[in-house]
Parts: sequence; C-alpha cells; structure tokens
Amino acid sequence: MRKNKILDAESFRRTINRLAHEVVERNKGTENLALVGIRTRGEFLAQRLEKKIQEIEGKGVQVGILDITLYRDDLRGRLDQPQLKSTEILFDVTGKIIVLVDDVLFTGRTIRAALNALTDLGRPALIELLVLIDRGHRELPIKADFIGKSLPTSLKQQVKVMMTETDPEDGVYLVDVDEEGKEMRS
Amino acid sequence: MKLKSRHLLGLDGMSKEEIALILDTAVSFREILDRPIKKVPPLQGKTVVNLFFESSTRTRISFELAERRLSADVVSFSTAASSVSKGETLKDTARNIEAMKIDMVVIRHPAAGSAHFLSRVVDANVINAGDGGHEHPTQGLLDMYTIWQKFGSLDGLRVCMVGDITHSRVARSNIYGLTTMGAEVSVCGPNTLIPREIEKLGVKVFHRLEDVIPRVDVLNVLRIQLERQKSGLFPSLREYHRFFGVTKEKVAKAPKPITIMHPGPINRDVELSADLADSEHSVILQQVTNGVAIRMAVLYLLGTSN
Repeated sequence: MRKNKILDAESFRRTINRLAHEVVERNKGTENLALVGIRTRGEFLAQRLEKKIQEIEGKGVQVGILDITLYRDDLRGRLDQPQLKSTEILFDVTGKIIVLVDDVLFTGRTIRAALNALTDLGRPALIELLVLIDRGHRELPIKADFIGKSLPTSLKQQVKVMMTETDPEDGVYLVDVDEEGKEMRS
Repeated sequence: MKLKSRHLLGLDGMSKEEIALILDTAVSFREILDRPIKKVPPLQGKTVVNLFFESSTRTRISFELAERRLSADVVSFSTAASSVSKGETLKDTARNIEAMKIDMVVIRHPAAGSAHFLSRVVDANVINAGDGGHEHPTQGLLDMYTIWQKFGSLDGLRVCMVGDITHSRVARSNIYGLTTMGAEVSVCGPNTLIPREIEKLGVKVFHRLEDVIPRVDVLNVLRIQLERQKSGLFPSLREYHRFFGVTKEKVAKAPKPITIMHPGPINRDVELSADLADSEHSVILQQVTNGVAIRMAVLYLLGTSN
C-alpha cells in the first residue's frame, strides 16, 4: 500500500485560510452567510473556516452540521448500517447564503444527498459548495465553487483527510489500495 | 451496529446494545419532528401494512405518521371493515396481503404470540404493536426513551408500574426493557392484578402505594380496564381509586417530585387524578410525541437493513 502526502499541517492551514478569504470575497462579507458542514470532517472544516472568517471580518457566521444518512442513495444494500446522527442546524436556512462544506468531492452523490437534506429544512437564497479536495470521477452534474486542491486520482486510490479533531494530525494523503481492499465510494 | 433480528416482536431477549441503538437512533428522528418539513426519504418505495385486529387510536396513528414521515407507502387495515369478519384466519389474511408484495407488517392482535406466528409465515419484517397480554415493545421503548430524555440515564433509576400488571403488555415490555438497561423496576397493585412469581422477572412487588412513593423516581400508571371490575378482580372503581389511584396528595409525600407517566388512554380520576395528569411532573404528552420518533427509529433500523 503506497501512501503519498498531499498536504501537510502547514499547507492544510494555508489552504483553509485561502478558502476563508475566497468565501468572504465572493459573498462580499458575512452578511446573511452561514456555513453548513457535512458530518464528520465537513463539520470540523466548517468550524475552522468560521474561526478564520471571524479573524478576517471581525464578525462570525453561523455554523450548522448536516447528517445526510437518511438521504443516501445506497442506504439499502450496504452490509453494515451507517450510524444515524442528528442534524444540528439551529437557524432558519430560508433566505440565507449557505456554504456547504465537505472534505472530499468525489462522485457527487454525497452532495446530492446534502442538497436534498438542506432544501427539506427550508429555502436558502443561494447554496455554494466548498471542498478541501476535489478528486474527480463525478457521477452527477455537480461542481464546487471553492476548492482547496484539485487532485487527479485513479479509482484505485483513496483520499484520506486527517484532522486533529478526530485524527492524530492535520494532513491529506493519497493512498493506493488494491482491488480487494477497495473502500466503498461515498 | 445493527439489530440482530429482522423483526421487532418483543423486548424480551433484546440486548442492552440493541435497545441503546434504538434509543440513540430515535434522538435523530425526534429532532426531525420539530422541523417545518417533517419528512425524510429512507423508506421510499417500501410498503408497510398496518394490521390492526384490535381497536387503537394512538398507536395506529403514531405508526402511520412514523411510516409516512419516512416516506413509506402505507396501507392500514382494521378488523371491522375486513374479510376477518368473514372468518378468514390470520395466516391467510397475512399471506394474501403479502402476495401483493409488501415489505413490512405492523400487527396488533388480541392473541399473545400472534406477532411471532406472523413472523414465521411471512417474509416481510414484522413489528409487534401489541399482542394480547404479552408485549407492546414500541410502547416499552418510548417509555424508556421518555425517562432517558428526562433523567439522562436509565441505569439505577427507580421505576414503578402501577395498576393491572396481569393483563398489561405495556408492563411486561417495560419490565424486560428497563431491567436490561439497569433500572430498578417495581410493580404495585391489588393482589388480584399482580401475576404470581412476577419477582422472577427481576422486579419488586408492592401492594400499597404509600410504600412505593418514597422510593421511586418514576410512576408509570397503567390504564385500569373497566371490564376487569365485572370479572370481580376489584370491588369498585371508587375503591380502586382510593387505594391505587395516583393523586397529588399521595405523591406529595415523596422526598422529591415523582415523574408521572401513563400509556393512555387515561381514565381520569380512576387510576390517575386529573390534576396530576396535567401537572408539570407529568410527561404523558412527551410520551406521545416520542412514540412517533421511536417508531420511526424501529421502522428505519428494520427497513434499511438487509
């Protein structure tokens, strides 16, 4: 199994800084803006972006957490049942500019589920997509507005995002996995 | 983690981990009930049949709402308007309905063991919504969820079921579930309405409310079936109320406020005084709301596992 480091802790931090600047630039400040992170690492990314935006603008934005388990298109037919966690969005999404945050953009199916979950909560004025890594191989017509790093990958590879909230370090790895050990696309 | 069985027939024999999984899953569904759009898609394309061979308002509406909120297609059926009145057996009714390609069956039936029987004759997932005097697992789960929500834990909590224990499937499901989760369970009622050897299920028996009230956190008051009086199990409703009716005056003797529960429908001022049922210590309406969340959790866990 080969493992390539794509981002180390320093470049991870710089990438988040840049993304935070891009978000406030594109949306001309923080007015009406809210971040919604997709569990689990999207949630941590959203919280870090919020901290950075607070530093840049002197004003915070609201952060919500989205659990998309109930909206997955592969809910049936998986061997182990995914653990259902709760969605914690304590503000009204209607009329807001929502930046949807996830760690890796791959097939686009997670984002499709997240869009359905989000629009069931209300009618945002605008939804933008922010991802740390875009690894290609889309199966749905979905495109990110803010990208930390575009990473050409093969289907045999796996992108591992590590964040100190749950992992020992901050970093992104590209891992070669053989056919047998191939992880499910998510 | 998933449930071991494809069916929910009772809480007897269910592990602590399985019960905890259902309660944890219900937390997510409870949150959905507070949203403006209370519908999520996980059971899209699944068909659920509610077979009610016994009258029920609350449980049936609760199941139907839970099913619809998970986007399942729902067919409900009650005995009065069915071919059961033409003498069809349970097995034939169930197999005929299954032949119409359904995925899950919720059954309420006056005979104990009917849900188990059904699970042997059909391929669909079977959920027991009350089988005679045996079990009513979703009621037991929603009672546990309500206590857990209020106290944060079930371990070591002191819960007493008051009333007609002999004929109560609610009591049995509560006893199985609560003892598994580490609660200290007792029962209280007249001798004629407490089954012999109930101690073997791990509960303490009391015959005087005065003895129980100082040593419990929760009183789960059961409905007294008015027809039991006719069979001579207690002399009169007034006498029952005097000795076993839970009232404000009686619970006032407790060192700290006791949480009051009731599975409904209440006979006001018989088993439970009206003022206590409407008091701040009553969680009866929370039980009803939580019932929908618990049933969504059970339907979700059974309906999405293969």
